[in-house]
Amino acid sequence: MNNFKFFSEGLVRSNPVFVLILGACPTLAVTTTAINGIGMGAATTFVLVSSNVLVAALKNVIPDKVRIAAFIVIIATFVTITDMVMKAFTPELYSSLGIFIPLIVVNCIILGRAEAFAQKNRVIPSLLDGLGMGIGFMLAITILASIRELLGNGSIFDIKLVGDNVSTILLFILPPGAFITYGYLIAIMNKLKTRYSNQ
Amino acid sequence: MEYINIIILALLVNNVVLAQFLGICPFLGVSGKVSTSVGMGAAVMFVMALANLVTYIIHYYLLIPLQVEFMQTITFILVIASLVQTVEIILKKSAPSLYQALGIYLPLITTNCAVLGIAILAIQKKFTLVESVLYSSATAVGFTLALVLLAGIREQLELLGMPKGMRGFPLTLIVAGLLSMAFMGFAGLVK
Repeated sequence: MNNFKFFSEGLVRSNPVFVLILGACPTLAVTTTAINGIGMGAATTFVLVSSNVLVAALKNVIPDKVRIAAFIVIIATFVTITDMVMKAFTPELYSSLGIFIPLIVVNCIILGRAEAFAQKNRVIPSLLDGLGMGIGFMLAITILASIRELLGNGSIFDIKLVGDNVSTILLFILPPGAFITYGYLIAIMNKLKTRYSNQ
Repeated sequence: MEYINIIILALLVNNVVLAQFLGICPFLGVSGKVSTSVGMGAAVMFVMALANLVTYIIHYYLLIPLQVEFMQTITFILVIASLVQTVEIILKKSAPSLYQALGIYLPLITTNCAVLGIAILAIQKKFTLVESVLYSSATAVGFTLALVLLAGIREQLELLGMPKGMRGFPLTLIVAGLLSMAFMGFAGLVK
């Protein structure tokens, strides 16, 4: 079957960060180090996959009129679980991601996928869609975070890549760097898109 | 903490959009025109102050006595979502002119992470009720300020020739980056 298509859609062609421009708040805020990017991506992927599966499983039970409220409750439940698990097992990551862990609940990607995909599809495609979108989000913010960490701190995943006497561009790990790097990455993505769609 | 400090910190130094990255979606989405961004700002201010008031009461008089603080995320988001709906219904009935001005922005606010974010931050900072409402209002004014500034710049940029790939989001983000750089100049204003 074309199950792989459900998975691959979110990776590149409909990448939530670079193509759909969803979930911009965590994308900009937590991408100061590559480890933060992976952590945020993993937490979001977990919530996205779980809520997609549950929404797909319960789609015949949830009345149509209150579906958004029901989706929000489902998503918030998984966010609370993630919050508590991260607080207990990865306290360091938890404190550096800070308020953006509870804010996964208002990440438009998750509600968007529940509304646009999971409530119309069966469990397995929804799971694959969630996984694809989640991993696409994780890859994108890790790329953004790696660029910012390399330019701003001279390292990727805390591994120093430049010599001690090289001064780094501190601006890139400050807020302006986030906006500017993200802007240029979308511009590059747009350029690639027009080039490949012309052929 | 003094009230003036809270206001200046929330308004300029830790600007909600440009330094804390909350509410980026409406910031990028409705910053096309100055007039719409003023409307959005007013709607956000209204809901944010109200949401902080209600979540404060719920946190201190419901969640803490029952010892279920871990339910914060789930209760707050439900409260904010229903609050937005209620405000919309009340405005529609009692103040049609205000509803006309703010109406289209209200549903968008439920997904504005700034509202939930500021409600949670106010609890984390252990503000009193007055401080919390003041903090949220100043934050909303800061949000409006950033939105109006960006909209003004974007209106001017419409007239320029731009490479195709840079139009839309990339250019908006880079302008926002420059604005954010300018706001970093306020850093030393309050200790």
